[in-house]
Amino acid sequence: MGQSYSCHKISGGKVQGEILFSQDGLCFYLVDPKTGVVIEKEHCLYGKSIAGKIIVFPYGKGSSVVQADGMYQMKMTGMSPAGMIVENADTTLAASAIILEAPMVNKAATEFYRDVSDGTRVELDAENGVITLL
Amino acid sequence: MLLTDEEQKMLNGFYGEGTKLAMKILVAVGEAYDAPKMVPVTRTHVALSNQEADLWFAEKLVAGGATCRIRPTVNPSFHLKQFQKITRIEAEDEAIVKRTHAAYNRLEAIMTYDCTPYLEKNVPRFGEVIAFSESSATPFVNSVCGARSNRESAQSALCSAITGVTPLYGYLLDENRAGEILVHVEADMTDDFSYQMLGYFVPKKTGFSIPVFEGLKNPSKEALMNLGAQLNTGGNVAMYHILGFTPEARDMKSAFQGKKPKGEVTITEADLKAMQQEISDAGGEIDFALFGCPHFTIDQIARVVDLLKGKKLKVPLFIMSSALSRNLSEKMGYMDIIREAGGELVEDTCMDQPCWKFLYGKKGITDSPKCAYYTKRRDMRFVIASLEDSVEAALKGMY
Repeated sequence: MGQSYSCHKISGGKVQGEILFSQDGLCFYLVDPKTGVVIEKEHCLYGKSIAGKIIVFPYGKGSSVVQADGMYQMKMTGMSPAGMIVENADTTLAASAIILEAPMVNKAATEFYRDVSDGTRVELDAENGVITLL
Repeated sequence: MLLTDEEQKMLNGFYGEGTKLAMKILVAVGEAYDAPKMVPVTRTHVALSNQEADLWFAEKLVAGGATCRIRPTVNPSFHLKQFQKITRIEAEDEAIVKRTHAAYNRLEAIMTYDCTPYLEKNVPRFGEVIAFSESSATPFVNSVCGARSNRESAQSALCSAITGVTPLYGYLLDENRAGEILVHVEADMTDDFSYQMLGYFVPKKTGFSIPVFEGLKNPSKEALMNLGAQLNTGGNVAMYHILGFTPEARDMKSAFQGKKPKGEVTITEADLKAMQQEISDAGGEIDFALFGCPHFTIDQIARVVDLLKGKKLKVPLFIMSSALSRNLSEKMGYMDIIREAGGELVEDTCMDQPCWKFLYGKKGITDSPKCAYYTKRRDMRFVIASLEDSVEAALKGMY
């Protein structure tokens, strides 16, 4: 285990996976639940899969139902991201993660953003608010 | 979190598994936002969606014996009987409508099936602490009414309906309601459609900050409905101010709570035109027109009726409204005019529902960017234009 970074729990769980950064906000409803591929054309991850990744994104976007529905459908198909690290979590996003028991944190240490990039493997311990490089 | 005895009883399961789950979720939300305690809510609105996660969660609460302490109004699904006259509804879609209805009925929700509760049936007063979900509703109740709601998800609002409380954080607190960015509106803002484009465009400039609009003159209730719906679709803006108009923004001092704006932006007519071009499908032949995202008011229906009177539509035109507005339309003779022209007005229905399968793969026209945004998953394409231009296009079959 390598360097670790603090973060703040939104929804508990402990997972490992590869980091995938999104510069744009994420609407989980505009992800194909069969493949985990982002289908929103204007999105920086358009055509890429978020399945199994630890996705790092600035904020969630979408109405009060679509985040939960998008996450639920990905959970049913097994195409969910492994974990979520978000900067600005609105209630819609946070509550959806809690209800679907999907690991999510916010307030990751600034060094985390400096040190990791796409493909970095990490362990996200949402319960205890720690991200560790593997 | 500090819980009262009653809240602790709910969390311990004294009122059954459903109420226990609802409280457990609210405590988790509260902890995620470092809320010190729960506060009572006096109104709730749940964005029922008739989708899988919605049904899964509602049925879980029903199975746990929960009922609502603060009965919520609910968002649209689709009106089965009205759609059975328009198209063939598949068995699985009929089943989910019925199951969702039964589940919410068991929870003792008020089955309004309307996404504009803030205009009728569930209108909060200034300062009231409430839990509203639905993206057109949270900005309206916070900004126009001056009530206090976080940007609830359908499920967190339902948990508040069941427990009667919400965690104290976010927009419930004075300090989080201050304006942050001053938005000078130099665009013409001649009709309600301009507010759709303004709402969709502004978050691209202001991000997560609370915008304070300067330069908007007496917007109509429809303009405000549009502005909020699009601010919360184009971005996550559940709160804004309009200088000299909304109740917490009498002047610069109150809008920014005595602080300096952390930024200023200017919005021009060219910005809004460019935004419209960017999100709209190219013109040409269209297959249908769809209005009512959010639900059309009786005044908007009247506007369409004016434009349709004595004419025949080239392509079908659909309007979605509340049951009350549809009922009024029948009483006032509007329905006859719409039908004679070849249009249809349906209640209790959202565009993001499987009842519209007969339009998948087709190209429509609408006045709502939100309508076009969420139907991407349903393979529907939209030209986005003003109400007047859209009706005109439906009469010609061409935009």
